[in-house]
Amino acid sequence: MRLIAENLGGERGGETVFSNIGFALEKGEALIVTGPNGAGKSTLLRVVAGLLPAARGKVLIEGDGEAFPTVASASHYLGHLNAMKTALSVEENLGFWRAFQGEPGLDVEEALETVALDGLGHLPFGYLSTGQRRRASIARLLVSRRPVWLLDEPTAGLDKASEERFAGVMRGHLQDGGIVVAATHLPLGLEGAKALRMGETI
Amino acid sequence: MWALFLRDIRLSIRAGGGALIGVIFFLAVIVTIPFGVGPDLNLLSRIGPAILWIAALLACLLGLDRLFQADREDGSLDLLVLNGDRHMLGLTVLTKCLAHWTGSVLPLVVAAPLLGLFMNMEPLGIGATALTLLVGTPAITFIGAAGAAVAVALPRGGLLISVLVLPLTIPVLIFGVSASYGAVADPAPFLQPFLILAALTLFLAVLGPLAAALALRHGTD
Repeated sequence: MRLIAENLGGERGGETVFSNIGFALEKGEALIVTGPNGAGKSTLLRVVAGLLPAARGKVLIEGDGEAFPTVASASHYLGHLNAMKTALSVEENLGFWRAFQGEPGLDVEEALETVALDGLGHLPFGYLSTGQRRRASIARLLVSRRPVWLLDEPTAGLDKASEERFAGVMRGHLQDGGIVVAATHLPLGLEGAKALRMGETI
Repeated sequence: MWALFLRDIRLSIRAGGGALIGVIFFLAVIVTIPFGVGPDLNLLSRIGPAILWIAALLACLLGLDRLFQADREDGSLDLLVLNGDRHMLGLTVLTKCLAHWTGSVLPLVVAAPLLGLFMNMEPLGIGATALTLLVGTPAITFIGAAGAAVAVALPRGGLLISVLVLPLTIPVLIFGVSASYGAVADPAPFLQPFLILAALTLFLAVLGPLAAALALRHGTD
């Protein structure tokens, strides 16, 4: 499986944010996207996910045609927002995404254990702290399987221990033949990851 | 899809879901009418079906702005759109509409017979009005979904949705009210307008969610 972006350009409200971005990621490879605020990191991830149309160029996925024909169907997208309902409990939220997203992976209990939230599953999502919400949101990546993880500032709000645990989760995903594209300011603790600096090429 | 339906139903009955707001608004409108119109029982029973329908229509529009906005604010909408290859977005919207209808509009239909008593309607008229509301209100939700999808990015989109959607719901209102009248006033037919109402609901069940899905797909930013 390969994730390829060719000559990608992105726009926001008619203004070109970035252009001529290209990368090719094989199974088990990670790409860390860095750059100053406003360089277009989030826009790049949304274009790759297909949530925004690409102004130029295209994004392709090759090799896993049957199960995941398009980039959108092969991707987990973890944005700034956690995509969880505050009125529902953590378990209900994760259970919903597990059922809706299909391709079930870990069950809800195991996923919560992986992000060290076991025992808090019955609480309404709204009662959790910022870091705990982020961890619950990371658990969403685990309850259904997707080869490509698109992560936008995944460690925002996490403490040191959780950052390390999350790095372990990402390494596990890469070892299973997954692909990670992460936009971040903080080191994620992934050795051998490719790097893409945005905001300097333009 | 079932999971999405259950989640939306749960949200509508939990705190802040607003399932009862529509019913309370419906009640308030119907209770106010006799004070405004006066204690003329014949007049009240004559305008009863129309008033019930108009009040139900407005109550339906009340909660529509949150249909997609709540999902957009917490990022769920992105994921619903992203899963469009697995679950066709139109079907996702249809499911959300059905959940919204069950959670927020069905209580109106259930309350309608009781409120019909306030309007001095006869039992047959009450039954007919409740039946037409049951068949006709889903159409309002489906049209409303398209309006809600267009206005999803606007912070105060509620009124705009009502203004956008209201003209499109007029046919539903006309056939709903004329079927309700047909059941009680003898020369007027009941079955024909009722069948057209049912046809409108079925037609809009396809068109509304597809239009909403198109708007949502192009509305992400």
